[in-house]
Amino acid sequence: MTLLSIENLRVSYENIKALHGLDFQIEEGEIVCIIGANGAGKSTTLRAISRMVKPEAGTRMTLQDKNLLDYSADRVVSELGVSHVPEGRRLFENLTVTENLKLATFARRDADRVGADLKRMFKLFPRLEERQNQKAGTMSGGEQQMLAVARAYMSGRRMMLLDEPSMGLAPLLMMSMFKALKEINAEGTTILLVEQNARLALQFAQRGYVIENGRLVLAGRSQELLENAEVKKAYLGG
Amino acid sequence: MTVFLQNLINALQWGSFYALIAIGYSMVYSILMLFNFAHGDIFMTGSYIGFGVATALIALSATGMLALPNWLILVLTVLFSMVLTSFLGMFIERVGYRPLRDAPRASAAITGLMIGIILETGNLILLGAQRVKFPALVEPVTYDLGGVFVTNQKIMIVVVSLSLALALHQFIRRTKWGMAMRAMAFDYAVVPLMGVPINKIAAMTFALGSGLAAAAGILFGVAYPVLDPYMGIVFGWKAFVAAILGGRGSILGATLAGFILGFIEIFVAMVFPSTLRDFIAYSIILLILVFRPYGLFGEPYSVRLRL
Repeated sequence: MTLLSIENLRVSYENIKALHGLDFQIEEGEIVCIIGANGAGKSTTLRAISRMVKPEAGTRMTLQDKNLLDYSADRVVSELGVSHVPEGRRLFENLTVTENLKLATFARRDADRVGADLKRMFKLFPRLEERQNQKAGTMSGGEQQMLAVARAYMSGRRMMLLDEPSMGLAPLLMMSMFKALKEINAEGTTILLVEQNARLALQFAQRGYVIENGRLVLAGRSQELLENAEVKKAYLGG
Repeated sequence: MTVFLQNLINALQWGSFYALIAIGYSMVYSILMLFNFAHGDIFMTGSYIGFGVATALIALSATGMLALPNWLILVLTVLFSMVLTSFLGMFIERVGYRPLRDAPRASAAITGLMIGIILETGNLILLGAQRVKFPALVEPVTYDLGGVFVTNQKIMIVVVSLSLALALHQFIRRTKWGMAMRAMAFDYAVVPLMGVPINKIAAMTFALGSGLAAAAGILFGVAYPVLDPYMGIVFGWKAFVAAILGGRGSILGATLAGFILGFIEIFVAMVFPSTLRDFIAYSIILLILVFRPYGLFGEPYSVRLRL
């Protein structure tokens, strides 16, 4: 069943067109990636879905039967359960690990489930439980990335938007991060991620899109894209 | 020594007003990245609202329908006025500042000055140019502590101010609303991604700051019972200085800085001619800021203001 449907997504910053009409759909339970170069419009796509930037007229975005354009950014999270791990993590470094996680549940209506979700995240990322009273800013990059994902999960886990989850991580940490994301996905969270690291993203996702200068230029199963000559040349280093 | 102690007590009272006003300045500044230059006038309006509420309660009590003792009138005046002024603060945020959330900060600053002028002028239109006298609700009792005189009013003012500051500090540290405020102070743009309705947090921030300003206004009315529509201007600027001195995002810093400001002013006036008071006092503040440019307790925050 289609969870997220995007039609003719156009976004401009000031007078610069960032997205020229994107169309794509994501099925419930899928892992989908959007790969592309720096500045191609990957982050803008995620920001438009989470209503942090305003799309131009003519854009249609629906999450099942809900029109995303009717929702403000905070309600996309708290009412529709779409969470967003932003580029560069953007943790509240002045808050503790637990406070970061609790803040994410600020507007949740199912208060009785918060405890169970917190337990789930501490089980998935035991490091976070060890450091629960530590300020987020004092943790290592890998731990911060774990917290960013856990925080998103706490805020809404119907669908998770991930902006460059591999950024700044050593290969080993990267692999364990993607393993954790697979587990979260297996429990029912649909995942859309954008990545510059195309090989990694395509190994992780089932399907992928290639974005160039604000346009989706290729789409397909990950395996097809990995074997595609153009993708190989442009994104996989030959 | 008695002169010193006497001045110390006066400074505590004087600093209380600065502290309560500075807290609101500091909160709005750190949480919403906004200098609310109308804040001094919100203090003034809070004082007048207190005057109105107290006058009404005294009149009600005089009719004999509901005989209220003075202390109860004072408590009710403080509570009602804090609530009413909170609504004023929320209204100002909603109408004046929210439309400018993403506008250049200079636009918001100019708007703040304009809101201040509207509050001053509105007051003049409503009540005229003559000053009003805040009703005497606290029968003054003076205690002689070996040559140092302490009044019950001064004790009340200092105790109430410190209690409010501490209560707010606890609120910010321990509640989820306070947590959201600290998060906004650190990185405003990501807070909506946590599902947190930032408009409600902004309204709450203004409500709390304005409520404390109203408390300061009433306490000021108790100590210096003559109110005029321009009384908020100088207090506003000085509280602004205290907010900066306290450091971004720190309630206790703003409180302490308010008291420091009170101390410096009172003690400068003790030693130097009082005409030079502000000149010398603010030179000292400037000097402190040279060495601590982020204030006494400035908290770190993200430099990335947009997502």
